Amino acid sequence: MDKDFAARRRRDLIIAAVLAAIAALTPLFVKDVVVQNILILTLMYAGLSQSWNILSGYCGQISLGHALYFGLGAYTTELLFTKFGVLPWFGMLAGGVVSALIAMGLGYPFFRLRGHYFVIATIVIAEIGLLLFHNWEWAGAAMGITIPIRGDSWLKFQFLRTKLPYFYFALALCCLAWFVTWWLENSKWGFWWRAVKDNPDAAESLGVDVFNSKMGAAAVSAFLVAVGGSFYAQFVSYIDPESVMGFQFSLLMALPAVLGGIGTLWGPVLGAAILIPLTELTRFKLGGSGRGVDLIVYGTLIVLISLALPRGLLSLFSRPKKTGAAR
Amino acid sequence: MTALLETRGVWQRFGGLVANSDVSISVGRGEIVGLIGPNGAGKSTLFNLIAGVLPPTQGSILFDGEDVTRMPAAERCQRGIGRTFQVVKSFETMTVIDNVIVGALVRNTVMREARRKAHEVLEFTGLAARADVLASDLVPAEKRRLEVARALATEPKLLLLDEVLTGLTPTEAQTGVALVRKVRDAGITVLMVEHVMEIVMPLVDRAIVLDLGKVLVEGKPADVVRDPKVISAYLGDRHAQRA
Repeated sequence: MDKDFAARRRRDLIIAAVLAAIAALTPLFVKDVVVQNILILTLMYAGLSQSWNILSGYCGQISLGHALYFGLGAYTTELLFTKFGVLPWFGMLAGGVVSALIAMGLGYPFFRLRGHYFVIATIVIAEIGLLLFHNWEWAGAAMGITIPIRGDSWLKFQFLRTKLPYFYFALALCCLAWFVTWWLENSKWGFWWRAVKDNPDAAESLGVDVFNSKMGAAAVSAFLVAVGGSFYAQFVSYIDPESVMGFQFSLLMALPAVLGGIGTLWGPVLGAAILIPLTELTRFKLGGSGRGVDLIVYGTLIVLISLALPRGLLSLFSRPKKTGAAR
Repeated sequence: MTALLETRGVWQRFGGLVANSDVSISVGRGEIVGLIGPNGAGKSTLFNLIAGVLPPTQGSILFDGEDVTRMPAAERCQRGIGRTFQVVKSFETMTVIDNVIVGALVRNTVMREARRKAHEVLEFTGLAARADVLASDLVPAEKRRLEVARALATEPKLLLLDEVLTGLTPTEAQTGVALVRKVRDAGITVLMVEHVMEIVMPLVDRAIVLDLGKVLVEGKPADVVRDPKVISAYLGDRHAQRA
């Protein structure tokens, strides 16, 4: 039985390595900039959703305010860069740390809330963050920050002539988030999180530190999302509150995981691989007419999948367990 | 030797309702003690006070020589108090083995050891064949058993069983009784709440009867069932006089 378990873990790791290798080779065949752009966003959202999944999927604390951490990552990086000349690589790290600390600071009061009240709190806090940045003069207020472009440079992590470095960074981020999840899944934290999600009272009676489990999940989740935010800021080289902290980011982190299979290792990647290209393609083909049709199309798809497979697309692949009790 | 568990003058009030009044009980090492009483006697409240779900309004609780009156439940578990829930609280989206691993992690920080411990406990409780089944797919009797397995995985000194035998078929209840004996033989003290008298009485070394929040009688099961006060609490005064 232990062998089965170890074999399953190893199989997951091998599949991930093969998929990453295939992904790494795609730029050899895909030269179209529009398609490359979609691939980059898909990888980025896969990584973000994977990170969101740690707090909301594994630990069960549904957050619809992760745009806050995404935006904080973006802002920390760019403020440090434009105001103090700190290289984006350090800014990325700083953004991650700032977000993790803020996530824990917010968790302190809000992890006492349960269920829907917690979700509402996350939405409200992210909106407050958005408003603060809208009015914060030093941080560019509603005008935002334009990142000065001084030519292609790995040091400053900015590239005009090619998108490939962004592509590989997004791939690395996605792999990192996946690997962190894979690793934590079979650790004390992973077990604690799932226990807290399923039944906090029972978890407590088994010696689980429920509050600190949530804090840990929030910190890891916020850190990784902030790294994604800083990447995105470099990628689009212009940020304003709405374009890095808007509610749509919270949704686009949650949806792939929910669609693919919430609280699962592969759900977010699978969900993102379907949802993001669809979002981008419908926007590309049908959007522009006033931000409507594209959203209707993919909104409908989400509703259909949710109705047909409430446990996510991944449930299509899970083999039935050898159970005696019929359900 | 001092008692493993002791409550001293414990009171619990919920608004105007007094659920426990001046309850002082003690449980010695290696005993199986039954906490019985009619519905609403305050058994579950006392149980929750001992497990650390909430602190008592007044009085103190000592475990293994240490005052744990205000200690949170998770810490009490680390000190060696394991419990089950009257309404089963399995981790439904997790497999049976994963449920038990959560408990095993209290004393095993290395995953491989926690997993080994969990398998050992499943073997002990007769759930080994169901290890890879989701907890939500278990039948009710197996869920009860899983509750016990999970608590045992924390390697408790004192196991609190909250109506684990209630609502089972007679055969299931007999296997349950055998398991409780096995637990005690493994050196674990057991305090169990039950209201099915005919099952608990042959099992326990000592019975404590609660009624209206107070300790009514305590002693050997055979004496307790004959006590007129107990009969009156369960069946009314008329029956007590006849007995």
